[in-house]
Amino acid sequence: MLLTFPQMGHVEQLIGDILQRLDIDYMPPPRTTAKTLALGTKHAPEFSCLPLKLNIGNFIEAMEAGADTLLMAGGRGPCRFGYYAELEERVLRDAGYDFTMVTIEPPTLGIAKFVRPIKRVSGKSTRQIWRALKEGFPKARGFDMLEKRVLETRCYELKLGDTTRAHKEAMAILSRAKAPAEIEGAIEAGMRLIDGVACDRDQPVLKIGIVGEFFILLEPFVNFDIEEWLGNRGVLVSRSVYITDWIGPSTKNPVTGTSDAELTELARPYLGHFVGGEGLPSVAHTILYANEGFDGVVHMFPFTCMPDTIAKAIIPRVSRDSDIPVIHFTIDEQTGKAGVATRLEAFVDLLASRRRAKAKGAACKVS
Amino acid sequence: MKVGYPQALLYYKYFPLWETFFDRLGAEVVLSGSTNKGLLSSGTIEAENELCLPVKVFYGHLLALADKVDTIFVPRIVSVEKSAYTCPKFMGLPDMARATETGLPPIMDPTINWKLGWRQYAQTIIELGRNFTDSKAKIFGAYNAGVKSLHQYQDKIAAGATPLDIIEGKEAPRAGVAELKIGLAGHPYNIYDKYISMNLVKRLREMGAEVVTAEMIPHRELEREARTLPKHLFWTYEREVVGTAFHWSRRNSVDGIIYVLAFPCGPDSLIQSLLEHEMRREGSTVPMMSLVIDEHSAEGGFLTRIEAFVDMISRKKKLAGRAVN
Repeated sequence: MLLTFPQMGHVEQLIGDILQRLDIDYMPPPRTTAKTLALGTKHAPEFSCLPLKLNIGNFIEAMEAGADTLLMAGGRGPCRFGYYAELEERVLRDAGYDFTMVTIEPPTLGIAKFVRPIKRVSGKSTRQIWRALKEGFPKARGFDMLEKRVLETRCYELKLGDTTRAHKEAMAILSRAKAPAEIEGAIEAGMRLIDGVACDRDQPVLKIGIVGEFFILLEPFVNFDIEEWLGNRGVLVSRSVYITDWIGPSTKNPVTGTSDAELTELARPYLGHFVGGEGLPSVAHTILYANEGFDGVVHMFPFTCMPDTIAKAIIPRVSRDSDIPVIHFTIDEQTGKAGVATRLEAFVDLLASRRRAKAKGAACKVS
Repeated sequence: MKVGYPQALLYYKYFPLWETFFDRLGAEVVLSGSTNKGLLSSGTIEAENELCLPVKVFYGHLLALADKVDTIFVPRIVSVEKSAYTCPKFMGLPDMARATETGLPPIMDPTINWKLGWRQYAQTIIELGRNFTDSKAKIFGAYNAGVKSLHQYQDKIAAGATPLDIIEGKEAPRAGVAELKIGLAGHPYNIYDKYISMNLVKRLREMGAEVVTAEMIPHRELEREARTLPKHLFWTYEREVVGTAFHWSRRNSVDGIIYVLAFPCGPDSLIQSLLEHEMRREGSTVPMMSLVIDEHSAEGGFLTRIEAFVDMISRKKKLAGRAVN
């Protein structure tokens, strides 16, 4: 048995680590490329959302490289993601592939549906699985914390690329860590590496918050590496979703620091109910970024995404009320990098001139 | 008080309930009228451009009511049963309506969420009724009258009339005389909106076909069929679509199925693929055609496809008849 799972940002480190702890043979799919997208688009339903298409592409490439067992998360709706695994299995069987599908449902649908599939592929006891998760999870959160620090550092770096290099090194150190004590040390060492990047922290930077759908925000192939792109142009970036916040059992979201309850409260005047996926968080985080004095917000999500299309219909009202510019990017297989880059450049220019105008206005008022 | 009720989306499923309810509480119910070209284009301009066709139509109906009423009734329908949701768009509908820049009257948006149980539901009804009266007895009286007329409506449909026949006050054509029987699967707001479905029901009848829809199959039956999926489908209305298609294909009880879906419907994008796979796997011999509609659908292309489909299934039927003889 050779297990594989879809690519998404650094999920490979997270799942890989837990699979190693459970002694399961695995092989991550090749990194997502244009070929992956072409394969996915060919087989997936026409107006399904982009993550589904890429999952299918990833699985095909992994199976062609020898994988025979596909690991996928389930869900309980109302977002389409909850039915992905069912669809993927059918689409791939129709395409003539032979494999075993392992779907892990969220514990909220019953602990058995969560644990049983893991037991089946690993042959481990519930206690062993629990331990692997308990030890692996802080490591995954470590990756998130490193990433967050990188986003806050890159805009100040003196030499282009230093932060990215330090990030890679820090990730390598953390990847090697196994025992809880080692993990803690590795996170600290990684943070020191990133903090050690030569910076000019006094230079003024623009602050942009990124909100939107989970997969698009986490996978650099589909967001055109927007965080690095912005960071390289001297923009401090804050992202509203992190993988451990999302899959973690806690609703406190320790990485971003804003709990689900707070998000619901923030969004209430504009969106009075959750709508699945990141619909409500997208609205809430836009408000939060405005409150925190950010210069602008980038909203990204896959074309046809139900929750974030609702958010897109509502965010303009937030933008008006809170006086914060928001740019929306709807991503599908047709989206081109140059188009996104051009629009982003224009957006960043606009934010910069807005800030200059505000500073001038303030100066005028004083004099 | 004038209560505006947009004739879009779930209107087709529940309107007798709410119309009677408001009427009994002394409110004047104002309908937005049937969809037309002007209404669709005003909706398309106002709505966020990536929303699905039925929601754009809904925006058009909102705008049509804007100057005519004191309040517009846009319930937030989160779930209509314990184990499933509706589409996310229904959960955010009142908020999307409020986000428009057109100065709509206040939105009346009770949250219908059966996941929270009947006590909460009763509370919601009381709060909704409080807009009109303080008497709980009156509110429940009105609600019960509403449920009664909903049941009458459902009984008429079960007997073979489509919701459209009932809305237009027409008699359903006599069953069993037509040569062909076509099952129309899909959401009521796509099928029964004459404008966006380009009068599909009438056209099929004119081609000599009897039209049957999901509402004519007992709900319990739909549920049983849909439950054969390995994973519980967590959208109520899509489960009805799946159950309907399974019911017809497994019993071979129609000559063909036309599945109407709107671009870019989230749940239907998956259901279409799921249905095709399952019917193929079960070796179904009932032909199924998917018709995707959007605001650019042209009548010519639409009609050609329907005619071709009807021709094909009637030829298939004749050939099968000859083989038997």
